[in-house]
Order: sequence, then structure tokens, then C-alpha cells
Amino acid sequence: MASAKRGLSKKAYYSRKVKRAAHLLFFRRHRKPGVKGWELRKKLGADYPKVLKLLDNYLARLDLKVNVVFEEGEQVQGEPIEKMKPEQLDKARFYITLRGDLTPTEAKMMGWRIDDIAGLAITISYIISRKGKVERKEVEKILKEKLPGWRAEANIDRYIRAGYITQDEKGFLYLDWRTKAEINQKTLVDLILGKEASPQSAD
Amino acid sequence: MSKTKTKKLGLEQLQRIIDLCSSVEERGLDPFLVDVDDIIKIVKEFFPFWEKPEELCLDAEAINRLASVIKLQGEWVRHRSTSLYTDPFLLGEKIQKLDNESLVEIFLKVWRPIVELEQISPHSFLEAVKYWSQLLPLEERWRMPEVSEFEAGAVSRSDLIKERFLDEKTFAERLEALWEELKNRVGKDEKMLYWDFIGAETFEETMWRAYFTSFLVTYGYASLEIYPFENKVYIKPNEKPVPLSKKRNVVSVPFSISFEEWKKWRQQRGD
Repeated sequence: MASAKRGLSKKAYYSRKVKRAAHLLFFRRHRKPGVKGWELRKKLGADYPKVLKLLDNYLARLDLKVNVVFEEGEQVQGEPIEKMKPEQLDKARFYITLRGDLTPTEAKMMGWRIDDIAGLAITISYIISRKGKVERKEVEKILKEKLPGWRAEANIDRYIRAGYITQDEKGFLYLDWRTKAEINQKTLVDLILGKEASPQSAD
Repeated sequence: MSKTKTKKLGLEQLQRIIDLCSSVEERGLDPFLVDVDDIIKIVKEFFPFWEKPEELCLDAEAINRLASVIKLQGEWVRHRSTSLYTDPFLLGEKIQKLDNESLVEIFLKVWRPIVELEQISPHSFLEAVKYWSQLLPLEERWRMPEVSEFEAGAVSRSDLIKERFLDEKTFAERLEALWEELKNRVGKDEKMLYWDFIGAETFEETMWRAYFTSFLVTYGYASLEIYPFENKVYIKPNEKPVPLSKKRNVVSVPFSISFEEWKKWRQQRGD
């Protein structure tokens, strides 16, 4: 790194690396979005956690963040990237995600109907509650209580295509890579359990 | 109870155990519905009666299924001890009571969609245009090769040998001939240098000889003596072929036969 920085000032060196990291993370390079840690190390050098930290600081102003998802699907909350173990980081996948909350209007602008998002919330939380595995027909039954039958089935297919859930040959649904990357599962369940039902809709 | 009746009852019990474990596994039922101690007692009780392979297979299948259920029980306990555990009925109730707006409100608090772009860069655009201009039209790429019709005729064996479709000698004949040659060429030491044996006037012939020599060694017609410090390899014919199965320490020895090495060998010989 010292030799690389010889002709450049430290600031210029990291500025160039941050730009390169933004290109790597924003533009989809593989079938799935995101970049693996080892790939970032290869392209940005051994000090890539520092580069990502700088990029994360910059993105914070735009309400975006560099998100790390470990191999087991566990999201990293709170711990700074540069303090994580290198071997852990190499196997992790890095994404750029939204930092703050979306408003329902913004979600609609992304092409999601309110019913679709509610269905996704139900599907994911139900799978979590059943230890990560549930029969498709069970989820369909819950969705059909509030959505027309054809829409419930089409929605499940849509969630599968988007990578939120996956289905095996026996018809069981599991959480997939996008849920692990985008959703804080524990907070979702806690919020659902803690939320009081509105008087109109309660039995 | 007669032995036959006991066996029949035991087989039924095993089948019932398999069905119960399978349904727990496949339908995601509570794995603690299965009383492991009870099942092990039944399996143990009937085990002395099993004689036929199919009976023993059924017994093994029951144990295998039970092991899967025990694994599920372990996972169940692990999940319950994590912070993600939620009573599914409680959650189901909550979900049913909440309206879509409330659910969306909750979900949007925990949803952090991935930001990604799909955009072509000027560089990749230029590369694509270059590729397109060099790409032949489908009509040309998929054109069938032009073939002319010939009348079928007969070919003699000698013609096939001449055209190298057939070999003059069979593989076994070639091996035997090479073995005889080796036996005749080794001196009183009963061995000769490997390269002196495989080396021939042309590189092609050398390659052929090396190829057949490898089979001579593999099939036990000859053996190799390797002296790594002197960088010398000798080949020694065996009086009778020794099958590999009768040899104790069998190792594979790769030899590199390159054109340069062949030239070097020729120069050393003074050719």
C-alpha cells in the first residue's frame, strides 16, 4: 500500500478507491447484487474495510449505507466494518442499502402495491415463526384471508422471483438471500408482536 | 406367541415408526410428538428376531428415520433458545388481527432495499458494437456443410491400416513384442536405462514406445528402478508378468517426454 501511495497523496489514494468501491457495489456484476469480501479485497486491496467505511460515511449523507451480510445470513448491526475479522469479511457479501425508512408512497413508486408489501411482511414473519420452513399452502391460506386467491399465489411467485423466499421441490418455503440482506428479521417479529391491532380491524 | 407372529408384529411396528417419523419430518410437525425412548425400546425388543436382509434393512431404516427426528428435536431446542423464537400461533393471531396498512407500516421500518443500477458504460457499448460488427449473420453461422454424395464401397484391411484407421498389430501383440525386445536388449545387468529403451529415431516413435512401455510396467511385464540422486531411471524386464495386485508398494511415476528432452537424448548418444 505504501508503494501504491508513493505517487499519490493519502486523500487522493482513498478518494480513488472509494470511487472504485462505489462502482463495484452499485452496479450489478453477477446474477445476484452485492459483492463478496474476497472480491473487494482483490479489486481494492487489503485495506478495503477502511475504504468501505469511508464510502459508508459518504453515503450516510444520501441516506444509504454499506450493508454486510455474513455467509450464514446474519446481518451485521452496529459493529464497525473495519473491526470485523478479515476471514469473516472475506466470506461476507456487501450491499448498498437504504439507511433510513421508506414511506408508503416511496414504496409504491418502487413498483410495490400496499397489498404486495403486506403480503411479503406476512410471508416472511410466518416463515420466521415456523423455524424458517413452512408449507406453501399454509402461507397461501393466510394470504387468501385478505387477498383474492389468484393474487395470493401470484404474490408468492413474485417473492420467489425477487429472491425474498425460495421453494423446494416438496412445496416448502424458506427465506432467501434478499430477505437476509434487506430485512432485520428480529425487529420485524418484535414489531408485529408489539403492535396493537387497530379497533376497526380487531375481532 | 409364535415366532412368526412376533416377527409379523415387529415388522408392522417398524413400518409404523418409519411412517410416524416421516410425517414429522415432511409435514413439519412438532418433533417431540415422537417418544424416542419408547421407539428405541420397541426396536431393541424385536431386533433379535431379524434374520433376512430385508428385515434388517427395515430396522436400519427405522433407526435412520428416528435419527432424523432427534436431529429435528435438537434444531427445535436451538431455535427456541434464540431471540428469533416466536410462538407461531401468537404471531398468526397478530397477523390476522392487523390490517394491511399497519403491516406495511411495520415492514417499512425494517425493510432496507438494496440499491443497484443496471447501466451500460460507453466502454461496454463500444465493445458490444465491435462484437456485433464482427458477428456473422445467422444464415452463415447455421449453414449446413456442403456434402457430396458418394457411392458406398468396400475397403480392405490393408487400406485401413495404411490410412491409420486400424493398427497392424493388436495391443497385446505390440506389448508382447516390446517385452521380447526389452528382454533381448538388456545386458548382463538385466536392466537398461529407460530413455535408451524408449528413445527412437523419430520423436513420434519415441512417444509411441513411451506409451506402450507405460503399459509394460503397469501390467507387470517390466519394473522400474529409480535412482533420484543420480537422476537415472532403469527398466528391467520380468521373467513372467507380475499382476499389480501381487505387488506390495505400488506407486505411479509420471515421466515428461518433451521434444527438447528427446533432442538432448539424441545429442548425448552422438546422433
